Amino acid sequence: MKKSLKERLAILSDAAKYDASCASSGTTKRDSSASGGLGSTEGSGICHAYAPDGRCISLLKILLTNFCIYDCAYCINRSSSNVERARFTPEEVIWLTLEFYRRNYIEGLFLSSGIIRSSDHTMEEMVRIARELRTIHNFRGYIHLKSIPEASGRLIEEAGLYADRLSINIELPTDAGIGRFAPEKQPDNIRRSMGNLRLKIEEMAEPTLQTKRRRKFAPAGQSTQMIVGADGADDATILGTSARLYGSYGLKRVYYSAFSPIPDSSKTLPLIKPPLMREHRLYQADWLYRFYGFDIGEITSGQSDGMLDLDLDPKLAWALGHRDRFPVDINRAEKETLLRVPGFGTKTVKGILSSRRFRRLRLDDLKRLGVSLRKVQPFVVCEGWTPHRLVDRSDLRAMFQPKPEQLSLL
Amino acid sequence: MMYRYSLRGRGDLIEWRDAARGFLSAGIVPEYIEWRTMDDADGLFGFDDNRLPEPADPPPRVTVSASFIRLAEAVICHSDPTRFTLLYRLLFRLFHSHGLLNMAVDRDVSAARRMAKSVGRDYHKMTAFVRFKELALPEGAAGRRRFVAWFEPDHFIVERVAPFFQRRFTDMDWLILTPKGSASWNGEELRTTDDPAEKPDLRDDTDDLWRTYYASIFNPARLKVKMMMTEMPKKYWKNLPEAELIPGMIAKAEANVLAMAARQASEPLPFHHRIQEAAAKVPAAPQPAAGTFAALKEEARSCTLCDIHCLATQTVFGEGPEDAQTMFIGEQPGDQEDLAGRPFVGPAGRLFNDTLAQVGIERDRLYVTNAVKHFKYQPRGKRRIHQKPNMGEVRQCRWWLTKELELVKPKLIVAMGATALFALTDMRQKLEDIRSEPIAMEEGRTLFVTVHPSYLLRIPDEGLKREELARFREDIASVKRLM
Repeated sequence: MKKSLKERLAILSDAAKYDASCASSGTTKRDSSASGGLGSTEGSGICHAYAPDGRCISLLKILLTNFCIYDCAYCINRSSSNVERARFTPEEVIWLTLEFYRRNYIEGLFLSSGIIRSSDHTMEEMVRIARELRTIHNFRGYIHLKSIPEASGRLIEEAGLYADRLSINIELPTDAGIGRFAPEKQPDNIRRSMGNLRLKIEEMAEPTLQTKRRRKFAPAGQSTQMIVGADGADDATILGTSARLYGSYGLKRVYYSAFSPIPDSSKTLPLIKPPLMREHRLYQADWLYRFYGFDIGEITSGQSDGMLDLDLDPKLAWALGHRDRFPVDINRAEKETLLRVPGFGTKTVKGILSSRRFRRLRLDDLKRLGVSLRKVQPFVVCEGWTPHRLVDRSDLRAMFQPKPEQLSLL
Repeated sequence: MMYRYSLRGRGDLIEWRDAARGFLSAGIVPEYIEWRTMDDADGLFGFDDNRLPEPADPPPRVTVSASFIRLAEAVICHSDPTRFTLLYRLLFRLFHSHGLLNMAVDRDVSAARRMAKSVGRDYHKMTAFVRFKELALPEGAAGRRRFVAWFEPDHFIVERVAPFFQRRFTDMDWLILTPKGSASWNGEELRTTDDPAEKPDLRDDTDDLWRTYYASIFNPARLKVKMMMTEMPKKYWKNLPEAELIPGMIAKAEANVLAMAARQASEPLPFHHRIQEAAAKVPAAPQPAAGTFAALKEEARSCTLCDIHCLATQTVFGEGPEDAQTMFIGEQPGDQEDLAGRPFVGPAGRLFNDTLAQVGIERDRLYVTNAVKHFKYQPRGKRRIHQKPNMGEVRQCRWWLTKELELVKPKLIVAMGATALFALTDMRQKLEDIRSEPIAMEEGRTLFVTVHPSYLLRIPDEGLKREELARFREDIASVKRLM
C-alpha cells in the first residue's frame, strides 16, 4: 500500500536529519513586493523553530528519496540498511515547501537525495523542483540543493541559477577514511566538483562585457560537511582539512557533524554517544581560524595528541599555553592582540577600539560591553586594574575548568 | 521648573521627537522633564497637560545624526517606561558631544544599545515564530488565500515588523493580531493599528504535517534542551503548534536511543543485493591502451607517489600535441591550474600566453607541462599561498616527466625556472649562469633555460619588472628561432 504524504514526510525528514547544515543566510537581498509572488531573503537567516536537540529549524530539510545505490557505512540511507524507504514526487516537494512557507514555518527548502538510477537522473529531478519553484510559483525564499559530485556540469550550472546555495559533502576528513567508509565515493571527484563550483561562481561574479551586470549564481556560495568521530582522524587533521577547503574552494561554511548512532547501524561502526563537546570545540576552533587570525597549528598545538582540550575553549587553552603574551593592555594593544584575549569577541574588540579614543577604559567599561569579567580579568590590564601576576598562577587552569561532577549514590 | 509630558508611547518616534525637539530648543536639561505614557497616567495627567517651553531666542539649530535616529527608532519600541528619559538624555548630551554614540562603553549609550538589541531580538523572534493559519474562503468564492496569526511580542514592534511580512507574503491576504496592535495586508494596502487585539480561535490542518516534520527532524541522540530554551524560550510555546510535542520528545529521547542501540544491525534486504549485483555487472569504463599518452594521463590521475596528492584538487598533467617538437616545463600548477586541471591557465599562464603571442608562437603547437603535477600550498584564510616543492617531491614526480619526454620526444626543451631545470638535469645551478643560451643534451635534444613567468609577476619594482619582462620576451624569441 502506498504510504501517505504524512508517513513519507516522517521517513524522508528522518533520513535528512544527519546533515547539520541549516543556514538560510548570506544570500542576496530580495523580496516579492515587485513580483507580487511569495518569499523573501533579507541577509540574516531566520530560525523558525528549535528542536530539543538544540538545532535550529530554518529550512524544510528533506530527501527526495532515501533509496540509494551507495553503501556508505555512516549513512542511515545506505543500501544495506533496513530503514523504511520512500520517495516524494517533485510536485509533492513543491507543495510542501510552499504550504510550509505560507504558514511561516520555514525560510525555504534544503533538498537532498539518495542516488537512484544515476547521478544525473537524481540531480535532474532536484533541479526541476528548484526551477519550478522559481519560475512557475514565483518563489523567492531560500533554496539549498545538495549537489551530486558525479552529476554533469550542465545540471550543476542550472542548479546554480535557481539555488541560493549548493553543497557537496566531503563526508570524512581524510581520503583514507572516505575509502574505508564510503567506498563508492571518490574524494578527488568531490574536490574537483568543489573546484568547478568555485570557478563557476567566480566566472558569474565577473560583470558581463555587454551589460556590465553580474549574473546570479548560487549567491550564498557553497558549503560542506564532515562527520566527526566516525573514523580515527584527530582534530588537527580535521581542522587542516577545513583550512584547505576554505582556502581552495571559497567555502562559506564547513559543518562538523558529531557522528551519531543511526538506526540499523552498520557493523563497522561503534554505537557511541555523539561527541557533542568535540563538535562544539571544532566549531570554536574554526571561528578562531576564520575571524580571529589564528593558525590551525597554533590552535591545535596545545596538546600533544592533536586533539583540542575538551574542558577549555580553544582560545583560553591557547592563552594558558602562551602566558608570556599576557596581560594585554586594552587601552593600547593592537586589534590583532585584543582578538586573542579569552572572552573578547569581535564586537567587544570593535567596542574597545572605538571607545578608547574618548578616554581610558576600566573594568566596568568592559562589563558594559557584555564581557565576562571573571574570564578576562587575569589576561588584561586597564585603568585601575592590573592582574598582579595572576597570569603566572599555577592553578589558573583549574580556575576555568568545569567543576568536577559530584558522584551520586545509587 | 519641572515639565511633565505624556505620550501614547506605542513605538511611534514622531510624537516623542516633536516634544524632544521643543524641550531641546528651550535648552531644558533632562532632569527637569518627566516623561509619562498614557498607560501609567493615574488620571491626573493627560495630553491636555502637555506643554512645551518657549524656544530660546534665537532658537538653536537642532540636528542629529542619522545613526541617532536609527537607534532611537528601535529604542522607542521598547516597553521600558524609562526609554523616553534615556533617549532625551542621549539627545541632550549628543548636542554637546557629537561623537558620543561611538563611545560604546558609555552608560547611556550602552543602555540604549541594550534596549535596541532587545527590540531587535523581539523583531527577529516575531519574524520567526508568527504562525499563519489559513481561513477557508467562503463556499464557491475565488480569490486570494487568507491567513491569520496571533502573536505576543514583548515590545511595541508591530508597525516596525509589518513591512517584513508584506515583502514576504505578498501574494496572500494576511492579518497578524497581537495584544500590542495588529497589521494586515490585502495586496494593496498595509494597515497597522496599535489597539490591543483578542486572541482568536484558529485551526489549520497543515499544522499536523508540520508537527510530523518537527518530530522527525529531531535527533534524540543529541539532546541539548538548554540550547533550545535559550533560542526558543517557553513564553513563545503557547502559540507554536509544534511546541506541544516537546515534553514528550524530551522524555522519550533516551529510551529511543537505547532501543536503537539494542537493535542489532539486521541483514540487508534484497534491494541491497540487487544493487550490488547490478553494480558488479556494469562494465568498467574502457581503459586506453597501455603505453599511449591517454593511458599515461589516466594513470597519473590517481598518482599517490608523494604526500601532496590528497591536498591538491587534482593531478594537472601536461597538455599539447603528442608529437610536439617543443616542450615547455614550469614548476608546478598554481591555484587556478589546480581548479581547472590544466597547466598555465592562471595569471602566470596569461603572461606566458601573451608573450608567446607577441613573439608569434602558437601555444597549440607546444607541449606544456610542469615539473611537479600537484599544487603544493599553505592555506591562509580564503587564499592559498604557493609553496615551493621540495627536492624529494621533484624527484618523485620526475617519474611522470620522464614518461612525458619518452612519449613526446621533443627536440627542444624549455625549462622555465630552477625547479624545472633541477627536474631535468638534477643540477642546482644559478639560472643566470646558463640562461638564454641553447645547451646541447643527449639524444640530440636542445635545452633552453629561462625564468618562470610567475617570478616576473612578483617583482615589486616597476622599472626592474619592465626590464625583466623584456628579457623574458627576448628569451622566448630565441626559442622561436630554435624551433
